[in-house]
Amino acid sequence: MTVRDALNTALDEEMSADPKVFLMGEEVGEYQGAYKISKGLLDKYGPERVIDTPITEASCEINQIEAGFTGIGVGAAYYGLRPIVEFMTFNFSMQAIDHIINSAAKSNYMSAGQISVPIVFRGPNGAAAGVGAQHSQCYAAWYASCPGLKVLSPYSSEDARGLLKAAIRDPDPVVFLENEILYGESFAVSPEVLDSSFSIPIGKAKIERGGKDVTITAFSKMVGYSLQAAEILAKDGISAEVINLRSIRPLDRATINASVRKTNRLVTVEEGFPQHGVGAEICASVVEESFEYLDAPVERIAGADVPMPYAPNLERLAVPQVEDIVRAAKRACYRLVPKSAAA
Amino acid sequence: DDQTLLTIETSVPFTGHNIDPPSRSVETTPKELLTFFHDMSLMRRMEIAADSLYKAKLIRGFCHLYDGQEAVSIGMEAAITKRDAIITAYRDHCIFLGRGGTLLEAFAELMGRRAGCSKGKGGSMHFYRKETNFYGGHGIVGAQVPLGCGIAFGQKYCKDETVTFTMYGDGAANQGQLFEALNMSALWDLPVILVCENNHYGMGTAEWRAAKSPAYYKRGDYVPGLKVDGMDVLAVKQACKFAKEHVLKNGPMILEMDTYRYHGHSMSDPGSTYRTRDEISGVRQERDPIERVRKLILSHELSTASELKDIEKEVRKEVDDAIAQAKETPMPDPSELFTNVYVKGLGVEAFGADRKELKSVLP
Repeated sequence: MTVRDALNTALDEEMSADPKVFLMGEEVGEYQGAYKISKGLLDKYGPERVIDTPITEASCEINQIEAGFTGIGVGAAYYGLRPIVEFMTFNFSMQAIDHIINSAAKSNYMSAGQISVPIVFRGPNGAAAGVGAQHSQCYAAWYASCPGLKVLSPYSSEDARGLLKAAIRDPDPVVFLENEILYGESFAVSPEVLDSSFSIPIGKAKIERGGKDVTITAFSKMVGYSLQAAEILAKDGISAEVINLRSIRPLDRATINASVRKTNRLVTVEEGFPQHGVGAEICASVVEESFEYLDAPVERIAGADVPMPYAPNLERLAVPQVEDIVRAAKRACYRLVPKSAAA
Repeated sequence: DDQTLLTIETSVPFTGHNIDPPSRSVETTPKELLTFFHDMSLMRRMEIAADSLYKAKLIRGFCHLYDGQEAVSIGMEAAITKRDAIITAYRDHCIFLGRGGTLLEAFAELMGRRAGCSKGKGGSMHFYRKETNFYGGHGIVGAQVPLGCGIAFGQKYCKDETVTFTMYGDGAANQGQLFEALNMSALWDLPVILVCENNHYGMGTAEWRAAKSPAYYKRGDYVPGLKVDGMDVLAVKQACKFAKEHVLKNGPMILEMDTYRYHGHSMSDPGSTYRTRDEISGVRQERDPIERVRKLILSHELSTASELKDIEKEVRKEVDDAIAQAKETPMPDPSELFTNVYVKGLGVEAFGADRKELKSVLP
């Protein structure tokens, strides 16, 4: 099953289960979604529940109206509906970040529980290929730093189905960060995953691959890279444990720390910027809770600390590659001398 | 008796945009007029008391007062039911009262007490009353307009046959998100009324300096609009009744309420640097919403001047009692720091400033 089909079936089943669930966003209806995630839903549920928000020009320069439709979505959630707001990319969520943070995340708190906001903001996040600085950014750390939001990021088809269903059923606002490059990838799924009642608990990480020498944490596309890195490391006799975070907020500190206490080494991997990133938070958690278990400095692999360049050679340098993860893991295991020390 | 029907002309005619305006003749009753007088006086007194409490440092932070604009809330409430929804910006104390909130809940919230309408966690700008469909209380200029359109979306989706009044000032009237949301509301025939409370100053900026066209009722272009004397409670009532019927059938409408705030924009604005004292006192003498109702009551001999004075005395006492009570109510329990972050906290740990010292499992 592809991640695209996993998301599509999750949407379909949740819309079928709860008439208050509806989908809105640019091109979600007639065009079946910019990435075809909402394929077939307009035919099945009609224009009352699959709502195209207008865009004036469907080319690479889109006149965006995110502030307007995101606000409308949040208002509908105030009223008790369960909107799913699709962003064509999370880069466009910047136009609407006020409504996500100020209108959605904080209302339950400010109203002392009167106004809850059961809404899902979803769409592709992070770097696509060759789209330049303004369309290639990971928002995990941005949204995950905000109390009141829940932030999920699926890797596999199982994640996509289980987490999206959990997000739609959850009574709080959820930011759901997908990845354009993963949409077309296929993953084997068990019959349990295909059951319409399937869901994955929010706030729990998954150990994708057990290991004893070094812990690698990752989410979204970087889980795949980390698994590839683990294969390479295994050939060198290093047993890496790969943790798929799944949930960025709540962050599963317990699973991460338990793993580090076992392996005594940690590499964090993310596509986003390093400063104040997801890796920084994980590092802080491990320093706070498991300092005495660490046998090596924590290694952080992250997107380069620059706006995304356009040229393909520079772009490749700006996002983490499998060899970066392998190198960092070897350093953590003292199998490689850091470059600066060698020089 | 107090249910006798009276027909009273509005102060000035309505001006319509893309729509035939309603009649100037408004039906009311002696009872309604006396209720208007009482309720507006109560709001006025509450805001003046809030001013003193602020100066006495019992209210902190931002505090935006509504005195002068009372007829908008009261007239609107007279035309609709509590099943209809209202959402507004940060000048929200009186809107909350209009929705059935109590003085105690209002003052307790302003003083950050647990008896407040948001348990002391919202503050001046974040009053809510979900049980009567009051959706706040929003601090970001203009943000409540799309939110109100979304509530109307919910009403239409649920086939509730109710409407939403989404209120904003002349300052927010030039915001892009307003036009985005209005366009979609018109496309989808949402039962939403955009109520522009034009008090003529966006903070300290006169409307003509901020808007190329300050005729806000026309700014919806294809969306019909009505200009209303927002200082005339009966005109507001008539307009809101008309608008509610219209939007249920035809989709959105703009009501521009020509109103005035006596106080500055907030407590940090004395309100006298960008307008003259003569201007303010002129409005008080000629257009004050409470005085207009007082005159109506007296000219129709529905009550005597001294009976109205008694009402005002009673109102003053209600306010003083509520303040005294609010002062006695405790601050929120420290554990409330960690409540309501989520509806469902999933047993997640949340941390205080020093996580080794203070942490909690979110409920």
